[in-house]
Amino acid sequence: MTDISMTSQQRQSQTGKIVLRWLLYIALGLFALFYLLPLFVMITTSLKSLDEIRTGDLIALPRDVTFDAWRTAWSGACTGIQCEGVRPYFWNSILIAIPAVAISTLLGAMNGYVVAQWKFRGANIIFSLMLFGCFIPFQVVLLPMARTLGIMGIAGTIPGLIFVHVIYGLGFTTLFFRNYYVSIPAELTKAAKVDGAGFFRIFWSIFLPLSLPIVVVTVIWQFTQIWNDFLFGVSFSQAGTQPVTVALNNIVNSTTGVKEYNVDMAAAIIAALPTLFVYVVAGKYFIRGLTAGSVKG
Amino acid sequence: MKSVFFGAVSATALIASAVHAEPQAEVLHWWTSGGEAKSVAVLQEEFASKGGTWTDMPVAGGGGDAAMTALRARVLSGNAPTAVQLKGPAIQEWYEEGVLADISSVAEAQNWADVLPASIAGHMKCEGSWCAAPVNVHRVDWIWANADVLEANGIEMPTTWDEFNAAAEKLEAAGVIPLAHGGQAWQDATVFEAVALGILGPDGFRKAFVDLDMDTLKSDEMKAVFDQMRTMRGYVDDNFSGRDWNLATAMVMNGEAAFQIMGDWAKGEFMAAGKVPGEDFLCASVPGDGFLYNVDSFAMFDVDGDDKKAGQELLAELIVGPNFQKVFNLNKGSIPARTDVSLEEFDSCAHLSAKDMSESSDNDSLLPSYAHGMALRGAQSGAITDVVTAHFNSDMSSEEAVNMLADAVANSM
Amino acid sequence: MTKWLEENTPKLVLAPSFIAVLIFVYGFIAWTAWVSFTRSRLLPRYDIEGLIQYERLFASPRWDTALNNLFVFGILFIVIAMVLGLVLAILLDQNIRTEGAIRTIYLYPMALSMIVTGTAWKWILNPGLGVEAMVRGWGFENFTFDWLVNPDMAIYTIVIAAIWQSSGFVMALFLAGLRSVDGEIIKAAQVDGIPTWRIYTAIIIPSMAPIFLSAFIVLSHLAIKSFDLVIALTGGGPGYATDLPATYMYAMAFSRGDIGQAASSAMIMMMVVFAIVVPYLYSELRSKDD
Repeated sequence: MTDISMTSQQRQSQTGKIVLRWLLYIALGLFALFYLLPLFVMITTSLKSLDEIRTGDLIALPRDVTFDAWRTAWSGACTGIQCEGVRPYFWNSILIAIPAVAISTLLGAMNGYVVAQWKFRGANIIFSLMLFGCFIPFQVVLLPMARTLGIMGIAGTIPGLIFVHVIYGLGFTTLFFRNYYVSIPAELTKAAKVDGAGFFRIFWSIFLPLSLPIVVVTVIWQFTQIWNDFLFGVSFSQAGTQPVTVALNNIVNSTTGVKEYNVDMAAAIIAALPTLFVYVVAGKYFIRGLTAGSVKG
Repeated sequence: MKSVFFGAVSATALIASAVHAEPQAEVLHWWTSGGEAKSVAVLQEEFASKGGTWTDMPVAGGGGDAAMTALRARVLSGNAPTAVQLKGPAIQEWYEEGVLADISSVAEAQNWADVLPASIAGHMKCEGSWCAAPVNVHRVDWIWANADVLEANGIEMPTTWDEFNAAAEKLEAAGVIPLAHGGQAWQDATVFEAVALGILGPDGFRKAFVDLDMDTLKSDEMKAVFDQMRTMRGYVDDNFSGRDWNLATAMVMNGEAAFQIMGDWAKGEFMAAGKVPGEDFLCASVPGDGFLYNVDSFAMFDVDGDDKKAGQELLAELIVGPNFQKVFNLNKGSIPARTDVSLEEFDSCAHLSAKDMSESSDNDSLLPSYAHGMALRGAQSGAITDVVTAHFNSDMSSEEAVNMLADAVANSM
Repeated sequence: MTKWLEENTPKLVLAPSFIAVLIFVYGFIAWTAWVSFTRSRLLPRYDIEGLIQYERLFASPRWDTALNNLFVFGILFIVIAMVLGLVLAILLDQNIRTEGAIRTIYLYPMALSMIVTGTAWKWILNPGLGVEAMVRGWGFENFTFDWLVNPDMAIYTIVIAAIWQSSGFVMALFLAGLRSVDGEIIKAAQVDGIPTWRIYTAIIIPSMAPIFLSAFIVLSHLAIKSFDLVIALTGGGPGYATDLPATYMYAMAFSRGDIGQAASSAMIMMMVVFAIVVPYLYSELRSKDD
């Protein structure tokens, strides 16, 4: 493990270093403020009463803090004729997201491993074709996909939604792993082959242990995409399989009803909690020099 | 089973006809927020009390756009919902795709033809048979005002657009925003059609926005409509872009602004804030004759299974039943589609709406709202809205706007 | 048999994914192409009618705006988010004590659904409610920040919100890249007395070329998909000044019942994207694999 900023310029004056350090923290802090601003607005709004929102400044601190909106959003807001908040829909989203993330990440890792380390004639073309798939606008696939799911008999079901998310996540997961594995020296695979290890053995005992940072990135991407997906969720679900984004949308979007901004904001934050949780937990595993260290050893 | 509801006799008759099947319905709708959802829940309770099982499939967003997306996917996957909230010419469009069920037997048994105004009944029919059930009548051409602000500035509710302009000038001089408006395409279109109704008159409006008559679309009167829109743009504050309609309503409530032109769902916002019609806020139809309606309705999709078919018939009957029509519309701010419901519990704005509806039905000025998808197919009304909102949000001349309008309509065919 | 299996394992592993992509991406593109030649309205129909939908598309001033916006938005968004993501990753890579917290703060916007966050942004950017009103309140009476309500500038507010949402993920990508660079090389360079910034520009950044490719693809995918963002923030307004091809297509297909028109707009949009992306991918992949 190396640390370039601290160990290198030891002869540089101590003061200059401290000033730089301060500037660095100030810059990071300012960016943090930029990222936090909308969250600030959302949280303060969620803590206000509706009367206060109607009369007061939208971006002011709440005069009286109340958690009613949070309670309502979790278990009381109407998402149709049922008024049970976003709670009942959480389970659907979990049932969709976890298998879809796991399957697409695993497939992506295998594909990336093949494309980066086991090149055969045409492998590159196949990879390019898979990549271009990332650029297809999802609105385009809705109708033919609906038909296909109908024919397959999984329209409106959770397996149907998992299937769709895996298919349209493959391009990305393959890309991430391929680009990560491509920087691992081919000699490693060659040496392992000489030692008699096969395709799966090499993947399992050499590549997978090296993959933690990119698995983290892939999981973050896939989980976010799938958890926050609305278009597929609304089109390929039916009563009983709707994910949490559809419920959130139902709470938030009313055309002709009274808008409860405080509940909207609380519901949005609640719906985002699982993704935030993944970020906090997974973020820990961006471990510096993991690959470098192992390759060297 | 003893029923407390109206129409019990025929309901039992219907259930008897499908005696072997428990009524089932999966209902796709976009009424998901507090008041609206409670209103639909009334229907679900009635349905359940008649032995039906209601599966809720709510999809809100974009005034039904998201629900329509889901509907297409469901239909294409061969898994159509039993009943769907649909309105306007979209009903006939879906019928042409061959996916709607016929509910004439219920409609005839219940004499819908006698209790619904003719122009509204027309929307519920597909080639002579009944294919949808109306829920309510929203009036679109309302103008709402803050009573105190008007009084303080010595202003009466305007009855012509010139009066409106004079009042607006006066308010502006007094430092009040004359018109609260949210710059979203559909809100621009709502104001536009209110102005058009006043300036073109009911016949001109029908020619322009129902018949798409090119001469009317390009006429000098249409230019005058755009001129008035340009004038109105001056009465709106600078920060109106993208504002939600309910925030505009709040501006009227707070006295920050004096008027708002919006359908009668705006009344719900006033009521929710504890304001009293006639005292705190005023409602009137916009200057000019006529009545622009926005009717919500449910269409039944062609599905297999006697239980679902029984569900559709029961649902259709309950939707048009007097009890649901009353309770639902009390909640929602609109008025019942059927004309024989007692309005005793309704407020003064609703009374005005009902009176104007029956009068305009008699003198043939009861007209469908183009801005809310009642008059034209989506492609055409969308094309008109594109021009309206582009004109309102730029410095385009009325001449240019009229030409663009004609081109856009021709291109949308 | 075992030998054959051994030799072809890589192909067999790749095959299911490849077939799926062939059907569900390319098959569906072909389907869209077909529908774009028809007069499909509410539901797809399959009788070919010629180029009518393309003629209509190019006669529509709204489509012009949408396509223009795609260029303005796409270029600004991709370039700025990429640069910002890289800068943030490098800054965060300097042994920051609170790295975990800061990283999460930069990343969290991705977690929030734009359906609601758009409302918060709308208030922040609204001149009467947000930043402009706040700065004026501090005594700077002439401060103006009214992009949201200005038809010529509104598209830039979409850029701001989009960068806010996605730059954190790009940072994560680059951070993962930085952390996989071989420490030995860096150590050697440091021993030679090469200044830190040179180590970054000459050694570390060039070695991350594959990460740039990932970032580029993720960002272009998001740019093309930017749909929720526009709907929530501006609804395509003022007027239709912030319409993008994705919102145009959606409006045509699902709110206006004009599926033929939507399909033709999708085809043009994909052609434009491919015309830009294919050469880039081609050069990237070629130089890597020779």
